[in-house]
Amino acid sequence: MDELDRLIINELQDGIPITPHPFAEIASVAGVTEEEIVSRIGQLLERKILSRFGPMYNAERLGGGLTLAAMKIPQEDFEQVAEALDELPEVAHNYERQHELNMWFVLATETPEQIAATIETIEKNTGYPVYNMPKHQEYFIGLKLEV
Amino acid sequence: MIEISSLDQKILQALQQGLPLASRPYEEIGRQVGASEAEVIARLEQLLEQGVIRRLGIVTKHRQLGYTSNAMVVWDIPDDLEPEMGKRFSEFDFVTLCYRRKRYRPKWPYNLFCMIHGQDRETVLQQVAHLRKTCGLEQVAYDVLFSGQCFKQRGAHYFKTA
Repeated sequence: MDELDRLIINELQDGIPITPHPFAEIASVAGVTEEEIVSRIGQLLERKILSRFGPMYNAERLGGGLTLAAMKIPQEDFEQVAEALDELPEVAHNYERQHELNMWFVLATETPEQIAATIETIEKNTGYPVYNMPKHQEYFIGLKLEV
Repeated sequence: MIEISSLDQKILQALQQGLPLASRPYEEIGRQVGASEAEVIARLEQLLEQGVIRRLGIVTKHRQLGYTSNAMVVWDIPDDLEPEMGKRFSEFDFVTLCYRRKRYRPKWPYNLFCMIHGQDRETVLQQVAHLRKTCGLEQVAYDVLFSGQCFKQRGAHYFKTA
């Protein structure tokens, strides 16, 4: 990563301006053209340094369902269950974590009711119980990583 | 839930795969949905204000940026202290997310979750120790769950793509 990559990552994590020329300011700071900024963002996406460029939706406001869930999976079945989750479009993230509950995933669905149905499908397909841990209160979302 | 107009619906759908890679991305969205650049900008401002869109920005793959120690720190906070503690945790700049979630006693007694993304484990553990000490949580049960393998990281899909 060079200086321009870092500038783009640090600045745009705070938000992309909603103006006709949203990249004009960052381009002028960097001393490059807006097209160069855009093409660099494309490269960062291709290199998978960025996973998303655009809006972050609020699932609840859109009427969707969102939850965090966990399962306890024995080592020998781990890969297989991970693959089963990977195939479900409702699974947005899936992480292994070091704990007795070792598989942690986020479910995002078009309606809140589909959360329960998806959990049922997962339990049926894998044979393991799912601990559904819906959010009761949000205190802070400020994920920003400086580079 | 908020009523979303059909133009908003089209804009949200067009944006689902991300903002177009163009120097005038809102003009490009307008072309796709049959609206002017100014209309798209006005609608997006409204959607942000309503909180339907949290923000327009970028999401990084934190591991690729050297943030390889990602810990979910979970706490069993007494219910009456919990709202106060949620707010206090959020004030530490190394805490990147903080939520209250459903607990499953006795197996899972934890109700307050916070995320710490760090460049190494040692630093993250020091930050957890700092939280315990400054917030007076020495007697409170907690656990630190570092992430292992990441099997999937993509944005959620809320709209069927036409």
